[in-house]
Amino acid sequence: MKRAAPKAAEQWNLRLYVAGQTPKCIAAFANLKKLCQEHLGGHYSIEVIDLLDKPQLASGDQILAIPTLVRQLPPPLKKIIGDLSNTERVLVGLDLVRKG
Amino acid sequence: MVCGGAGSGKTLLAIEFLVRGATQFDEPGVFMTFEESVEDLTADVASLGFDLPALIARKKIVVDYVRLDRHEIEETGDYDLGGLFIRLDHAIKSVRATRVVLDTIESLFVGFSNAGILRTELARLFRWLKDRGVTAVITGERGEGTLTRHGLEEYVSDAVILLDHRVDDQVSTRRLRIVKYRGSTHGTNEYPFTIDRSGLRVLPITSLGLQHEASLDRVSSGLDALDAMLGGRGFYRGSSILISGSAGTGKSSLAAHFVDAACRRGERCVYFLFEESPSQFMRNMRSIGLDLQAWVKKGLLHFHAARPAFLGLEQHLVAMHREIEKAKPAAVVVDPINELMAIGTLGAVKATLLRLIDHLKTSQITALFSSLTAGAAHEQTTDTGISSLMDTWLLLRFLEEARQRNRGLYVLKSRGMAHSNRIASFLITDRGLQLGARAPLSRSEKRRSR
Repeated sequence: MKRAAPKAAEQWNLRLYVAGQTPKCIAAFANLKKLCQEHLGGHYSIEVIDLLDKPQLASGDQILAIPTLVRQLPPPLKKIIGDLSNTERVLVGLDLVRKG
Repeated sequence: MVCGGAGSGKTLLAIEFLVRGATQFDEPGVFMTFEESVEDLTADVASLGFDLPALIARKKIVVDYVRLDRHEIEETGDYDLGGLFIRLDHAIKSVRATRVVLDTIESLFVGFSNAGILRTELARLFRWLKDRGVTAVITGERGEGTLTRHGLEEYVSDAVILLDHRVDDQVSTRRLRIVKYRGSTHGTNEYPFTIDRSGLRVLPITSLGLQHEASLDRVSSGLDALDAMLGGRGFYRGSSILISGSAGTGKSSLAAHFVDAACRRGERCVYFLFEESPSQFMRNMRSIGLDLQAWVKKGLLHFHAARPAFLGLEQHLVAMHREIEKAKPAAVVVDPINELMAIGTLGAVKATLLRLIDHLKTSQITALFSSLTAGAAHEQTTDTGISSLMDTWLLLRFLEEARQRNRGLYVLKSRGMAHSNRIASFLITDRGLQLGARAPLSRSEKRRSR
């Protein structure tokens, strides 16, 4: 597996959709935070959207599954669903690791 | 649950359920589509006369397009479909919906790979919808050996409707069957339906019992002499009459007399023409002194002409039902039924006619059917299949006598009245049918008889 180190200037905007403080959502947030610290250095921002508070935001990003992580920047848009417990899959999904 | 193959009309049934709910019952609805964008859907149903944007603007209907792209989604670990619930809940609250459509929820199986999670979540979703007290129409693609591809009917247990679209002999027919409807005694047969400008139409169910009121009221056949043969007072109102005879015996002329008489009484009539155009028919009838055009102008007479082969039997039946519903006639003529019989098997035609006659009888509409028979030898056999449905059967035939071919009329049967057993000869003159008259003898014959 080859690591593709993020370019220094690249800014990562991530959005995590959750629905309340369920175990899955808490786990997803913890997993995400750990992963970002390890792989993205300081170049990232995480926005957590609780759909229980803002249900109108669900359709914009076509959210069905909870939790869903959306990579808004850098493009293209990526979606990762689940509690992000499978780190390798998350890295693949975020294009931090190339398949192969 | 509404299931059926591609193009069977599932989405249409679903959207009509919402539109009718919003416009006629003040029940707002949510349409969650997994297949078509809002624009596509709007364009599709506009052809049916549904103004979706207006309903959306008036907050009667909300459409939520759920787009699924598997390539965009990576699955890592445990998830649920909480987002779907939240979206649906939000949409329901925004219009206070009591009706919900999910079209086609099975698309989820394409978007997500974990079927186990999906099944659990769908079961939860259906329970959730039920607990909220909304009526939900869920569409599903028909599977092999199962009603839906992913067996969703197991979760949706209240009612299952199966739509079918098939082509027999190059004629397409749509059929609808209620597979299951909890807490009701439902019809179990397949019922034909059509989709047209006014949406989806299912044919009324054939009445299970024979319970229509038999009228004592009589209506004139349009010919005094024929009325005299029918116990002196003509047909019973609401009865069905068959006129059969070979080509040129005057079936249409007799039917025209009947219609003319009904219009004279100020009653509305619908005349279904399957061989001629209305203008041709009216021209022909003018030549025997019947001005049907006048009745058309007065709005009493409606023609409905169609080539039978153009549509399936069911479509004809639906079209006829629609005309009858629109015009609310006292009398109906179908001229001739042979053209209909050419489309289907005798059994299918009989069932179709039975449905039509049932409907007409319950509505107390007198119905006259003409039937073309091949020749004198067959004049009774060809019609035996349908004659049992008829209350009165008139037979027209040529009588060959003294070097002339005269037309004769005979009442083969007429339920509930003492009818004549005489073969009455008649003439078609420029003043209409002259029953009981003899043809004036030609000069040579006169000479001989002297």
